[in-house]
Amino acid sequence: MSEHDHDKSHHHPRPLSDAAARAKAIESLLVEKGLIASDAVDKIVEHYEKDVGPINGAKVVARAWLDPAYKKRLLKDGTAAIAELGFGGLQGEHMVVVENTPRVHNVVVCTLCSCYPWPVLGLPPTWYKSLEYRARVVREPRVVLKEFGLEIPANVELRVWDSSAEIRYMVLPERPAGTDGMSEAELAAIVTRDSMIGVGKVASPAR
Amino acid sequence: MNSVHDIGGMDGFGPVEAEANEPVFREPWEGRTWGMLFTSMPMIALPLDALRHRIERQHPVDYLAASYYQRHLNNLENLLIETGILSSEEIESRVTRLTMTPSQPVPRLEDPAVAAGIAEMLKAGSPVTRSISKKPRFAVGDKIVTRNLNPHGHTRMPRYTRGKKGVITAHHGAHVFPDTNAHGLGENPQHLYTVRIGSQELWGPAAASNECVLIDLWESYLAPDASATKAALPVKPKSSRKVAKAKAVKAKAVKATRPTPKVSKGKPARTKVAKLKRVAQPKVAARVSKPVRGKAKTTRKKSR
Repeated sequence: MSEHDHDKSHHHPRPLSDAAARAKAIESLLVEKGLIASDAVDKIVEHYEKDVGPINGAKVVARAWLDPAYKKRLLKDGTAAIAELGFGGLQGEHMVVVENTPRVHNVVVCTLCSCYPWPVLGLPPTWYKSLEYRARVVREPRVVLKEFGLEIPANVELRVWDSSAEIRYMVLPERPAGTDGMSEAELAAIVTRDSMIGVGKVASPAR
Repeated sequence: MNSVHDIGGMDGFGPVEAEANEPVFREPWEGRTWGMLFTSMPMIALPLDALRHRIERQHPVDYLAASYYQRHLNNLENLLIETGILSSEEIESRVTRLTMTPSQPVPRLEDPAVAAGIAEMLKAGSPVTRSISKKPRFAVGDKIVTRNLNPHGHTRMPRYTRGKKGVITAHHGAHVFPDTNAHGLGENPQHLYTVRIGSQELWGPAAASNECVLIDLWESYLAPDASATKAALPVKPKSSRKVAKAKAVKAKAVKATRPTPKVSKGKPARTKVAKLKRVAQPKVAARVSKPVRGKAKTTRKKSR
């Protein structure tokens, strides 16, 4: 197995960037000294590329839309309700789910670093980790949301959750119109990552 | 510490640019760095709080210029050097060699047992809730004011939320206290609360009245809002007997909310820290509080 079998889709720049050379130098040295296992590193890369991602959170949302009792449990104890679907672990140890309604819109940020609920949403997108988002969403949330194409009416209360401790937040978006009779799997397929951070809404499915 | 990582509310960054269908790792080295961070943890043996603090201590210019994974790579490299696992010289000479022969593969070492343990480690996570005997000082609905604390070490109360009035909206039990844990000075778990602070309190009267920030803050970051207690006092004239009774109630309430000597007053866990310093890894603490400067500078030069 070659060093890059874990990811064939990426372009390999030549010559190596400083960061790439440094990461490669460090990995080579650690392996030569017998200090880290290459397959363990592969496993972590694979886990974050394939095992976790917004599809997990989308399943939680779809279940909550269909099952009122589950939704109640989810809003009361996010960690336990999410564990019912088999998700949890690192950076999802203490989950709180907040519900968007026609009167309240929630959006999540971590201004101090980039805390994010990995087990349900995967690793955060670059914009979530960006200085722009972290600096601005607490101060001018409506302006930032507009940049995502999301206009929040002036009469809707806006709550910005700054993840400063080890509590991780996920937004339960509103179920869109035109989804009556859809199955849990069909519903999960329309739930977007952005809607679970609070910078988007779930759109009605195209007819 | 009041460093550049604490950017909530800062102006001048421009619009947020989102990219559609972005890969998890943009380049293979980002994934390898991420994987090495996790697999190096057992030998580095530092809590997440300490790792976060090390990233905050990167030189502000480096911090702002680096990508997320570059910050982690810089941090990993510095950690491996400081713990004596790798030397700066061997890393530099290997970087030079690999830059000249970029096709040279990374050697591999398979250890299925370690690889199998990864899934368990990720699944188990590392919960930070602890059971403590101390009763919570605040309850949901209590009006509080966040203290104006500016520690030079690690803290999780962002600048924009300091010295602000808010309301407790949730109590989460006791959580490990990052301000000491990051420095090898013990977990010192404290009650953790979600505090709601209105946007006008944070940003002034020009902010919208129906916007707020909800933030998780530890008990020692908070004080009762004295002005709220005052405002809650009866304003109607009362008979002397009723006034006397109200005064007695107020005195009792003030006594109940007054911090006991055990509760830190504005300087979180300073006394506890001093006591703990003797037992808890003084070496690590000394190392962690030193700024990361020399290395940061070279990295900065190289990244340009």
